[in-house]
Amino acid sequence: MEADPALSRLINQVQVAASDRVPLDIRGGGSKAFYGGEPVGEPLDVAPLAGISSYEPSELVVTVRAGTRLSELEAALAEKGQCLPFEPPRFGASGTVGGMVAAGLAGPARAAVGGVRDYVLGATMINGRAELLSFGGQVIKNVAGYDVSRVLAGSMGIFGVICEVSLKVLPMPPASVTLRLEMDAGNAIRRLNEWGGQPLPLNASAWWDGMLVLRLSGAVAAVQAAHDKIGGELIAPAAALPFWQGLRDHSDEFFVGASRAVDGGAALWRLSVPATAGPLKLSGEQLLEWGGAQRWICTSAPAQTLRDAAAAVGGHAVLFRARDKTAGTFAPLKPALAAVHQKLKQAFDPERIFNPGRLVPGL
Amino acid sequence: MNAPAAAITLAAPSSQARSAERAARQAEVVAALSPLLPGHALLWHGEDTVPYECDGLTAYRQLPLLVALPETEAQVAAVLKACHALQVPVVARGAGTGLSGGAMPHPLGVTLSLAKFNKIVMIDRLARTATVQCGVRNLAISEAAAPFGLYYAPDPSSQIACTIGGNVAENSGGVHCLKYGLTLHNVLRVRGFTATGEPIEFGSEALDVPGLDLLPLVVGSEGMLAVTTEVTVKLVPKPALARCIMASFDDIRKAGDAVAAVIAAGIIPAGLEMMDKPMTAAVEDFVHAGYDLTAEAILLCESDGTPEEVAEEIDRMLDVLSGCGATRLEVSRDEQQRLTFWSGRKNAFPASGRISPDYMCMDSTIPRKRLADILLAIAEMEKKYGLKCCNVFHAGDGNLHPLILFDANDPDQMHRCELFGADILETSVAMGGTVTGEHGVGVEKLSSMCVQFSPAEREQMFAIKRAFDSAELLNPGKVIPTLQRCAEYGKMHVKKGLLPFAELERF
Repeated sequence: MEADPALSRLINQVQVAASDRVPLDIRGGGSKAFYGGEPVGEPLDVAPLAGISSYEPSELVVTVRAGTRLSELEAALAEKGQCLPFEPPRFGASGTVGGMVAAGLAGPARAAVGGVRDYVLGATMINGRAELLSFGGQVIKNVAGYDVSRVLAGSMGIFGVICEVSLKVLPMPPASVTLRLEMDAGNAIRRLNEWGGQPLPLNASAWWDGMLVLRLSGAVAAVQAAHDKIGGELIAPAAALPFWQGLRDHSDEFFVGASRAVDGGAALWRLSVPATAGPLKLSGEQLLEWGGAQRWICTSAPAQTLRDAAAAVGGHAVLFRARDKTAGTFAPLKPALAAVHQKLKQAFDPERIFNPGRLVPGL
Repeated sequence: MNAPAAAITLAAPSSQARSAERAARQAEVVAALSPLLPGHALLWHGEDTVPYECDGLTAYRQLPLLVALPETEAQVAAVLKACHALQVPVVARGAGTGLSGGAMPHPLGVTLSLAKFNKIVMIDRLARTATVQCGVRNLAISEAAAPFGLYYAPDPSSQIACTIGGNVAENSGGVHCLKYGLTLHNVLRVRGFTATGEPIEFGSEALDVPGLDLLPLVVGSEGMLAVTTEVTVKLVPKPALARCIMASFDDIRKAGDAVAAVIAAGIIPAGLEMMDKPMTAAVEDFVHAGYDLTAEAILLCESDGTPEEVAEEIDRMLDVLSGCGATRLEVSRDEQQRLTFWSGRKNAFPASGRISPDYMCMDSTIPRKRLADILLAIAEMEKKYGLKCCNVFHAGDGNLHPLILFDANDPDQMHRCELFGADILETSVAMGGTVTGEHGVGVEKLSSMCVQFSPAEREQMFAIKRAFDSAELLNPGKVIPTLQRCAEYGKMHVKKGLLPFAELERF
């Protein structure tokens, strides 16, 4: 393969930044700039490093440069009847594959199919010494050395510039139906967990305002049998598709309302908790996803209230969208883990140039 | 304090001096650990430590300085603290079934056997999780979950004996990985201790954690980053039904193409395995399952799920396989016959043990489309090294298990076998694959790691190791080869990924 000039430029820019100790703000499409700590530093534009490097549907693997638009990748996969099963959110059209991996966010199917890191097979990156390194590979089973590529998922770019990733992809399920059942949050959580223990093709769930919406995906016969068993009112595909997309991309009613509230000074919180945790007694409307394991709350309550509520049931609270982000995106780390974070940062980025503060304050 | 291991090697003192030094070091460590453990939990007399001299890779053996068998987490922490204070290497060990020497002792180190951590702490039926101590056997988790209609999906062939702690260390696979994932995809939380004896937890019972997701680093780290004591795993509903297709092919290439065609048709089989003709002959002689001995390759293709789902999928699979030129197709009638189909595949290793004094099992992975190419390359290598090789593959994930047959009592055969094995691994890397799919690097594949990773990549891995374990005391010398070792090995690193640059390789 010919050297990509966009890659050489990135390496040069990192080299200069490292020797001058100038912080870099790694940017793809900028669609997730709102998430995590405030971006600071000289922009490092990854968007020019774009294009699908290789895609072989029968290998279930695609290798793609980080600046490639997520929409372009998804269109190429759809042409071959395949998809990214974890449904990464698209906050606008400009989102890139590198940003998807760095942010590590997944959509409605997360609980059923796994998250971003479960689909990362390999990555090529530039570390803080401006070295181009490749970890993992293009095969599904690979235990050669430490699995660095998967740790990049959700790292918010603090280890370096993600240049190219290999992702596992899957065929789109042959059948999918969406059902609606009326019930309260407590019952929804209980039933979702009970269904989870049975061989049912449950792919996504959402509960809001007394209504549980389920998506079943899989073989035609399995989906039909599960629908018969679960019951509920069938939602027509023409309404179901935009519903799940709205949930995935935060463009549906709940999130639009949340956005307005955030503009008015409230905060959108994402609580990641064990799926069996009962309804959390917090002020503000709650949207439940992931079989009960993800709960969205828009509230003006103090950060500590949310953090305590999540910690009490074994989870954690993420400050997802807010104008005032002084509380930090994540709950403070336990000392032993905080020490590992610091040392790993040092191991990849000794001059501390990449995305300072995006993941954790002081990192 | 005595000199560390590296200094001893470099100084190359006489074996007598070395043995005196070792005895002094042993006395020192025994004195430090004795107050921390009950008397029976510390072994250092030669005959007591012999059972620990190797793991499943029996060709490489080393007696440890001593073996500690703690019974509580407090004891694990105390042993680690004491070893850290004395700068003694620590090699954690589960059931010792690993196939790459990951648990091979360090000559001046403590082998930390976690065999006594064998309790199932909790099965949470509603949450579909099991929390177990690290020494619980893989199969024991599924047995404990069975009354709830649940099981633990990853099923390495050693599952009757191997422990979950070892599975976490190796990121173990099995025959159902394609559909159900590896250990990493089925583990929620790992609790353990750092090299300095501090408690640490990775992951949680929620689906993500604040900050970095470090589980992918810890799972598969071969005991080099932390010592695992407790694991929470996901349990999944047991499928109502599983059926298996046995397909014969008169040509290796057609069988390889059939594997790709099944996947390309949008089917993710529960298992997709391949055996070549010599392997089929060896296992048929062992299990008498009625395998087609005239076939050049046999595929086992399994579907699981609800009866409706399985019927639908089996029909689609049969269409694809016959379209790819299968010469014989048989679908298991019942569970008994399904298990018979699998019996040969599951007994490939013992069957090889019957036809040869020894065998060396390789574990590389290649892109599925190169299955036929690698088989033909291995056939050429058989001639080159003058040794026979039987092949079983986790074909669905391109993971090869060539079994090289040799006699370990013949040093020349042993040497040729090592060269043969390295050739398979390095050919796999050149085909776009990896030196190990599920068995780990351990000591066995250290040299081949020089071919897969550049000096800068290896140095980055060392830096990660030091971020967790600054004194490099946890399972040192495994997984990542030193610059010096790679220089001595003398083979070029194969470029991969985006890397278009002429790297300045000096080794």
